[in-house]
Amino acid sequence: MSHLLREHAPITEESWGRIDEEARERLTPALAARRLVDFSGPLGWQHSATNLGRVATVKAPFTGISAEQRRVLPLVEARANFAVTRAELADSDRGAEDIDFADLDRAAHDLAVAENAAVFHGWKAAGIVGIAEAAPHKPIALGNDCERYPRHVAMAIEQLLAAGIDGPYGLALGPKAHELVLESSEHGGVLLLDHLRKILAGPLVWAPGVEGAVVVSLRGGDFLFESGEDISVGYLAHDADAVQLYLEESFSFRVATPEAAFALTP
Amino acid sequence: MGADQYHEPPDELPAETRTFARLSASLTEEAEAIGWYEQRLAVESDREALAIMRDAQGEEFKHFCMDLEFLLRRTPLWREIARGILFQEGDIVEHGEEAEEQAVEGAAARGAPLSGSASLGIGSLRGAVQ
Repeated sequence: MSHLLREHAPITEESWGRIDEEARERLTPALAARRLVDFSGPLGWQHSATNLGRVATVKAPFTGISAEQRRVLPLVEARANFAVTRAELADSDRGAEDIDFADLDRAAHDLAVAENAAVFHGWKAAGIVGIAEAAPHKPIALGNDCERYPRHVAMAIEQLLAAGIDGPYGLALGPKAHELVLESSEHGGVLLLDHLRKILAGPLVWAPGVEGAVVVSLRGGDFLFESGEDISVGYLAHDADAVQLYLEESFSFRVATPEAAFALTP
Repeated sequence: MGADQYHEPPDELPAETRTFARLSASLTEEAEAIGWYEQRLAVESDREALAIMRDAQGEEFKHFCMDLEFLLRRTPLWREIARGILFQEGDIVEHGEEAEEQAVEGAAARGAPLSGSASLGIGSLRGAVQ
C-alpha cells in the first residue's frame, strides 16, 4: 500500500483521474524552477538525503581511531492540504464538467510558489540555499521601468560571461515584472518579451514565488534539484461533507556553481 | 528520427510524455546497435578491429541500461514487472507471467493507475513550452 493512502478515499477512479489532471494543469505552468534547473529523480518516497560527497570530522572515543562522518542534505517533505466536497465528487461521477476545485487550485499554487521560492531564494530551516542568495555578483535593481530590462539583463549576462559562465541563459521573472514585460513593446513595436529572449538565447519564465528576477545559465550542472517523491495527491481524511486531500513532494536543492546566476532585485 | 518518434501530435503531448518517447526511441536505437555489433563481431577476424568493436558494443550496453533505468523510474508498474523478471534464474516466460499478474493485480487492488506513477508525473519541465 502506498503511503498516499489513495485507496482509502471515498473517491472513484474517474474522479481521482480528474483530481490528478486538475492538479497537473495548475502546477505545470507555475513550476518555474523545473524549467531552468537540472532535475534528477524521482528517486522514491524512501529516498531521504542527497549525497554531498563531503565529510566532517567527528570525535571517536576509541583508542587509535580517527573518524569522519558523511555530510548529506536531507530531503524536505512539502505538503499543501486541500478539500473537495463530496457533493462535487458525486457531480463529477455524474459527468459534470464544472467541478469546483478551487481549494485544489489554491494548494497547487501554494506548492509551486514554495518550490520556486526554495530554489531561487532558499529555505533556511530545510538547509536549502537559494540561487539568488548564493550568487556572488552584486545584484542590479530591476525597477519598474521595463524598457530598461534588456539593458539590465544584458549587463547580467556580461558579468556571467566575465566569470566564465557560458550560456544559453534563462530568466525567472517574478509575477510583477513578468506582467510588465508582457504588456510592453519598445520603440519600433518590438515586443520586449522577444527582445529579452534574443538576449538570453533561452527561455523567459513566469516564476511565482520569485522576488524580482534571476538570470541563470542553462549549460547544466550548476543548479541541482533532486526529487524523492515527485508531486503526488494523497488522502488525509473524510467526513460526510468533504474529503481532505493533499499535494505532496519530497526534494532537495543545491547550488553547485554560485557564479552561474545573477540576481535582479525588485 | 526528429518528430517521427511520436505517434500523436507532439503539441498535444505533455512534456513528460515527449521525454518518455525520446528515451524509448533511444532505447530502441541502442538495442539495434548492440545487435549490429554482435553481427560484425561474428564475422570479423582482425583482432584489433574486434577489440574496438567490443569496446563500442560495451558503450551501447551502458547506454541501453541507462535508458531502461530512466524509463523504469518513470513507470512504477513496468519497474515492478521488470523486478520479477530481470536477474532471476529459471524459466523466463514463467517469471514474466507471474510478475505481470502480481504487479497488475496489486496495482488494481490499490486503485493505482496501471501506467504511470502514483505521482502526477510532472518531473523536469526543461524545454517545455509555457
